[in-house]
Amino acid sequence: MYAQMVKSTGSGVKSRDEMSDEERAFQDKVDADIKIEPRDWMPEGYRKTLIRQIGQHAHSEIVGQLPEGNWITRAPTLERKMILLAKVQDEAGHGLYLYCAAETLGVTRDDLTEQLLSGKMKYSSIFNYPTLNWADIGAVGWLVDGAAIMNQVPLQRTSYGPYSRAMIRICKEESFHQRQGYDIMMKMAQGSEAQKKMAQDALNRFWYPSLMMFGPSDAESVHSAQSMAWKIKINTNDELRQKFVDQTVPQAEYLGLTIPDENLKWNEEKGGYDFSEPDWTEFFEVLKGNGPCNKERLGDRVKAWEDGAWVRDGLLAHAEKKAARKVAAE
Amino acid sequence: MAAEKNLLLEFLLRQGDNALILGHRVSEWCGHAPVLEEDIALANTALDLIGQTQMWLGYAAEVQGEGKTADDLAFLRDAWDFRNVLLTELPNGDFGQTLMRQFLFDAFQSVYLARLLGSSDETVAAIAAKASKEVAYHVERSADTVVGLGDGTEESHARMQAALDYLWPYVGEMFESDAVDTAMAESGVAPDPATLREEYDALVTRVLTDATLTIPESRFAHKGGRTGQSHTEHLGHLLTTMQWLQRAYPGNTW
Amino acid sequence: MKNEWPLWEIFIRGQHGMSHRHVGSLHAPDAEMAIKNARDVYTRRNEGVSIWVVEARHIAATVPGEKGPLFEPSESKVYRHPTFFDIPDEVGHM
Repeated sequence: MYAQMVKSTGSGVKSRDEMSDEERAFQDKVDADIKIEPRDWMPEGYRKTLIRQIGQHAHSEIVGQLPEGNWITRAPTLERKMILLAKVQDEAGHGLYLYCAAETLGVTRDDLTEQLLSGKMKYSSIFNYPTLNWADIGAVGWLVDGAAIMNQVPLQRTSYGPYSRAMIRICKEESFHQRQGYDIMMKMAQGSEAQKKMAQDALNRFWYPSLMMFGPSDAESVHSAQSMAWKIKINTNDELRQKFVDQTVPQAEYLGLTIPDENLKWNEEKGGYDFSEPDWTEFFEVLKGNGPCNKERLGDRVKAWEDGAWVRDGLLAHAEKKAARKVAAE
Repeated sequence: MAAEKNLLLEFLLRQGDNALILGHRVSEWCGHAPVLEEDIALANTALDLIGQTQMWLGYAAEVQGEGKTADDLAFLRDAWDFRNVLLTELPNGDFGQTLMRQFLFDAFQSVYLARLLGSSDETVAAIAAKASKEVAYHVERSADTVVGLGDGTEESHARMQAALDYLWPYVGEMFESDAVDTAMAESGVAPDPATLREEYDALVTRVLTDATLTIPESRFAHKGGRTGQSHTEHLGHLLTTMQWLQRAYPGNTW
Repeated sequence: MKNEWPLWEIFIRGQHGMSHRHVGSLHAPDAEMAIKNARDVYTRRNEGVSIWVVEARHIAATVPGEKGPLFEPSESKVYRHPTFFDIPDEVGHM
């Protein structure tokens, strides 16, 4: 979700007969819901796919600070400012937990950061959309965090121990995010005409990008099949998208807002809503770098990283001097 | 009585506006710090400061007695109504300048709030009790960072010295005293800041010496913030951003 | 990256007298900053009253391959657990 279209390595799920003894023992553990820990044997593909997935998830948290951070200095009350600041701070925390989980697989945070900044690794497409009015902060919490939670709750059961533990911690903190978003939406939807207009405008712009967060249909994807066999992906993209729509429609109705989809209709037979697909051409353009804010988002991260180099180096140099002085004194 | 009330109000606005304006400045860093751990720490500092703002301005509104809230005071006053020291409204600059500004302010707060714990005004004492714990951590953290960067690499040292040179002329204003301070000292609400300079200098000198930095000799001080007479040009821009929604949609609730 | 801050493992003791528990990791230039960073990162929701930090490279750990010999022998020592013993109800709580 925050990790879209992560390709697993290898050509698909191996049958038990094709597996080596080690691979079979590994798969048995995964099947028995025994967690895989950093020093356990694991297939190289599992390690690489996880690095890609956890890294992309971490990058999304970090870049995800920016669209909401865009409103911290303009939050309309002291309380809203604090809530938003605490929320965006949580995202930095989530990024940190996830980078640490990835580091147990033998990469460093700096490696991952450099791959993000050079464009080699991706982050979720959603953060390339702008936040244009205050209700967008509500919509991001309600829809974007809502969509993220759909994916993150099952990932608490993922097979890789450090990833699972990070997700448990993140989920505990994340439900605050969705609620604060909905809380803003309620205030706006019950507010003045101008506020109602902001709320509807935010929903109009964030609806389809939120649906895109789950990624294109992957029912046929060999990568997804492998990831699901490894239990680093728990549900298909379509399952999660359906669940998200079913959950969100009544919430929008409660707010008195209109979901911008003429084809949205309850389907009694499947027990869920029928809805329009997002524009997947747009999605692939955003992934390629052509979203409304790709340049700004990555540019901000590059600037923060480059401007911060002297600080990181300075504090490390001081720590080394201090350690040397301590040794000399002994 | 009315005169006394106004003096107390003035004192409370000074406390609240310092916290508000500096908290706002620090919050501008969110998502842009040199390393994740620092990003999270800066957000904590900003959160503490805005929390303190709510307490100080909340009490200020109560003393004012016009039915206003802390939000009204934060979002609906113009620049000349603000009573923060100029130091807090200066732009962030680089990370070093931000941390130097933070340290110079934290050091003052740590000395000042310690005195407010014994304030004759119970509400002031209660606010100080909460805020002083936060500030004790802030000053420890900002002092460590100033020392680390001052005594780090050649580049970090040069940047920290430049930050100190730029900010030092804004230190003196924190110790200016006027009729408000005299009145607060007489009624036992707060100490006259002028009496705290020595303690402050001792703390700051110790840290800046560890940081291998040189304190500028000039005692020249820019002033005009805590009296509201003359803020810097920066404050107007900060308020334009901060107050925009409240100004553009008057009377809406958020 | 040669200039990356070292990785620290963070242990926190919560409010209720339990032992320090591993809560996660972070980067810091030295132990003092690691403690401060741990305070800012891992106690945002009032989670702790005491923090330990250990640089990750100083932690010695068991090898996964030795799991069998290390941990399985205790599986058969069920008599160490109180539930192994049947105490008649008349005796009351024990």
